[in-house]
Amino acid sequence: MYQYTDFDRQFVHTRASQYRDQLERNLAGRLSDDEFRPLRLQNGWYIQRHAPMLRVAVPYGELSGAQLRVLARIARDYDQGWGHFTTRQNIQFNWIPLARSADVMDLLASVDMHGIQTSGNCIRNITSDERAGIAVDEIADPRPFCEILRQWSTLHPEFAFLPRKFKVAVIGAREDRAASAWHDVGLQLVRDDDGALGFRVLVGGGMGRTPVIASTLREFLPWQQILNYLEAVVRVYNRWGRRDKLYKARIKILVKAEGQRFMQEVEAEYRQIIEHDGAPHTLTQAELDRVTASFVPPALHGLRKDVSTKVAHILRAAAAADVEFSRWLEQNVAAHQHPNLRAVTLSLKRLGHAPGDATAQHMDIVADLADQFSAGEIRVTHDQNLLLPWVRCDQLPELWRAARQAGLARPHIRLLTDMIACPGGDFCALANARSIPIAQAIAERYQDLDELHDLGEIDLHISGCMNSCGHHHSGHIGILGVDKDGQEFYQITLGGSDGSRLSGEATPGKVVGPSFSAAEVPDVIETVLDTYRRERQSDERFIATLRRVGVEPFKQAAHQARHHQEAQAEATA
Amino acid sequence: MNTLKLIAAHQHVARLERPNILELANDADPRAVSLEGIKRIDLHFPRFTDGRAFTQAFLLRRRLGFKGEIRATGDVLADQLPQMLRSGFTVAVLRADQDLAVAQRQLARFGAFYQGDAVNPQPHFLKAA
Repeated sequence: MYQYTDFDRQFVHTRASQYRDQLERNLAGRLSDDEFRPLRLQNGWYIQRHAPMLRVAVPYGELSGAQLRVLARIARDYDQGWGHFTTRQNIQFNWIPLARSADVMDLLASVDMHGIQTSGNCIRNITSDERAGIAVDEIADPRPFCEILRQWSTLHPEFAFLPRKFKVAVIGAREDRAASAWHDVGLQLVRDDDGALGFRVLVGGGMGRTPVIASTLREFLPWQQILNYLEAVVRVYNRWGRRDKLYKARIKILVKAEGQRFMQEVEAEYRQIIEHDGAPHTLTQAELDRVTASFVPPALHGLRKDVSTKVAHILRAAAAADVEFSRWLEQNVAAHQHPNLRAVTLSLKRLGHAPGDATAQHMDIVADLADQFSAGEIRVTHDQNLLLPWVRCDQLPELWRAARQAGLARPHIRLLTDMIACPGGDFCALANARSIPIAQAIAERYQDLDELHDLGEIDLHISGCMNSCGHHHSGHIGILGVDKDGQEFYQITLGGSDGSRLSGEATPGKVVGPSFSAAEVPDVIETVLDTYRRERQSDERFIATLRRVGVEPFKQAAHQARHHQEAQAEATA
Repeated sequence: MNTLKLIAAHQHVARLERPNILELANDADPRAVSLEGIKRIDLHFPRFTDGRAFTQAFLLRRRLGFKGEIRATGDVLADQLPQMLRSGFTVAVLRADQDLAVAQRQLARFGAFYQGDAVNPQPHFLKAA
């Protein structure tokens, strides 16, 4: 993990005291609500349905056990006992009174944490691959670049009031586990023909009302130039991005409207930064080395190079004796760059809890598990789970037992019930409809693990409104809450992709006819899945069948699941 | 040490057809106008959340090498002053209701920043190296 310097630490404490000053002026009536609003937003404080919502930054998803314990303490002492992990690898709290918000910021600063730029029209928290630095298919570790980008974007004087929010994802592996093409800027580490490291630069992706996949601006940009190049991109956006309508203000609209002209503007601005300004943010090897030094693999006690075959044998034997352990190994445990280590995902998708929710007790347990099994480190995943990145394979059975006891070992990672969902209308003031009851209803129907495993990997994504926090556009099955005359309805989309190998090139799903009532949604999902089982060939995955046979049979099946009688009864009532 | 001179709204005198003062609209490209003989450029914040003038100031100061006064007018509030200073403004006309002491406190708060800016182009990582 990145180790804060004195400078970094001082900076976060200063930010917390600045926030306290602003809060006190607001509470004393000397700073109006309208003028306080963007200031609190850029520290992560929204005003939500029940109370303010705090979004704490978890830069590129990395957390220490000590940090997670402080998050647990915030949940317990300031909130109502839980937090919600998001698709952007952050954590949100829903019940903290605004009057106590400055105390929470101080507490966060005590463990090198903050809410800087987790909201507002600025460069947001950088997201990355949950397996950064450990993935077997990695070209280069994206974390040092994420940290360098975090520092560069933090309190950037020119870019604090952009037309709209600006989200950056960085990946360093062949597999895209961060949905990079769906971001305002997606950066993919690549090597050129000579083996030099650089970035493929994607710009203008986004969800919301108008889903757009990012365009490639540069096939190869030397890594030394990444800050100079981003400065050009954001400057062009700040000058020309639309400010007249909120939903036209994202960079994706500018890129779409201007196309080639946008690219030319960026390239011209970049040349000016290099040739005229002297390229002051050119990264040096020394700076990359300094930051990279924070990310060396932890020294793990008892890790021996020569045990892998023996351990593999023991694991196989254990798995053969226990189908649940075997499934857990298959779904929740991933390969690692070190042959004797594994990455283990702890599931935050449990019946009775919203996807991504963790209680204070769970956070403490995960912190303990991280200390015991994973060198004190945790990752927040884009799919709203927690991952332990440094687990010795001989300790897998012990970790599995502990995780199972805590209710965190459900062997369904990447399966249907490992769904993405936003907090929805239960908490969010923006939402048109509730997400959590829909997620619950589907999870309840698909509790049988045999069935879940038979259905295989399916991305089910649920958003409570067009803002798309639940990424419905990129789900193989997407569910979007809409408001029809004050009633909750749900639009279903099929065939979306986040850009992963399984899902294919990033693309938004296609809408299946008029929206459905909440009661119809689980039936629609069931009939869509039944159609898949009928149509699939051998071990074909859901998304592959859908691509092969087309959306039509699924559409027809979905329409048959409409509750006509119920609708008629309502109409005549 | 760079400073931002804070002046009260009533002390600000608009251009009044003086040829050496330029008022630049919020959406204008500073590179498209002549700076010949210009001593002062007023950049306008229609709302404090409209960040275009920060880029205009940066381009004037860094790109075009303008040495005269760059003045912030319009919705100029205490909490955005550090950004104005760093983007190349030298004078800020505080909105009438702003508290001078609060404004000065914001300017003094952070000792240093990560990234370079229009006034101090070197980023922290080069200074620390």
